[in-house]
Amino acid sequence: MKRQEAVETVLRLLDHELAIHCNGMVSREAFHTLDRPENFYMIGSMGLTASIGLGTALARPDRKVVIFDGDGNVLMNLGTLAEVGALKPANFFHMCFDNGVYGSTGNQPTLARMVDLALIARSAGYRIVKTTDTKTVLEKTVRELLQERGPIFLLVKIVPEAEYETAGRVTLSPEQIRDRFMKAVGRVG
Amino acid sequence: MDVMKSSEFVEILEKYGFNFFAGVPDSILKGVVSSLMERGEHYYLPAVREDDALGMACGAYLAGRKPVVLMQNSGLGTSLNALTSLHLIYKIPCLLIVSWRGYGGVDAPEHIVMGDACTQILETVGIPYRDFYPDSLGQDMAWAVKVMENERVPVAFMVKKGVLQ
Repeated sequence: MKRQEAVETVLRLLDHELAIHCNGMVSREAFHTLDRPENFYMIGSMGLTASIGLGTALARPDRKVVIFDGDGNVLMNLGTLAEVGALKPANFFHMCFDNGVYGSTGNQPTLARMVDLALIARSAGYRIVKTTDTKTVLEKTVRELLQERGPIFLLVKIVPEAEYETAGRVTLSPEQIRDRFMKAVGRVG
Repeated sequence: MDVMKSSEFVEILEKYGFNFFAGVPDSILKGVVSSLMERGEHYYLPAVREDDALGMACGAYLAGRKPVVLMQNSGLGTSLNALTSLHLIYKIPCLLIVSWRGYGGVDAPEHIVMGDACTQILETVGIPYRDFYPDSLGQDMAWAVKVMENERVPVAFMVKKGVLQ
């Protein structure tokens, strides 16, 4: 499964859920595939996708927060998994799109090739942990998991791609991303 | 008054509307952290790193909260990428309560370099700051809140040893 296919599959299942997208290719694919006000695109601050999502989830326990993370991002701040496992926010749905490479810098390998991130999430105390590598299973699993209490960790195995195959940068300004998202949080969803 | 009770400082923060607290503790800030923790479960969020606390503060701000992050000045080093590629470009305000270890060159060796450089680092990246003085805290808080509302950037209070008990 390619990243664009995986990201699109999940985005199409969302209604008004808030979504935090990690920097690099995940944000770019999400922006060019299915842009929505509820999408917060992180363009820098690598490693902080789950931290941002956790802050939103704790501040608004009535809103479901879906994290579109990457393996490089998760590896950069593994400690955040412990925080999520300890605080156990029920509205926290953490997805990690794992292609085993740093996609926006030339596909250098990440340690996720040797380390099982799902196992780490389980040890950290996530309530539900699953792994998927096909579009059909991904669609079925996300549909089910959106009804479950979190914290949830879903490891989505995808294939590495050449950079020319993937989407361009997010063209909204950081302040536009902020304002739209803040308005979307304010709306009842 | 040149020393303030930590519990009083927490009350002042709350009076100014701050309602989301995360951080990594320091001995200078231990009274503030314990006052916050007495407020109830998850009132103060123990972050694993200072940039993680800043990430949480950003997420909370996006969801309508007024966040405070507590850290030792060593954590400014850890936080620089979060500040420069998240808060300062998305314009996400946050009150930083930073303990000033190594001030005046008097501290354990690991604090000396950052103790000397920390306020220059804040100036270089464009984070307004003031020294924490109990006597002028009212004015300084009003200043900090105004800067955060108008410019939407993080603002720091630098806390030296002995001013909070």
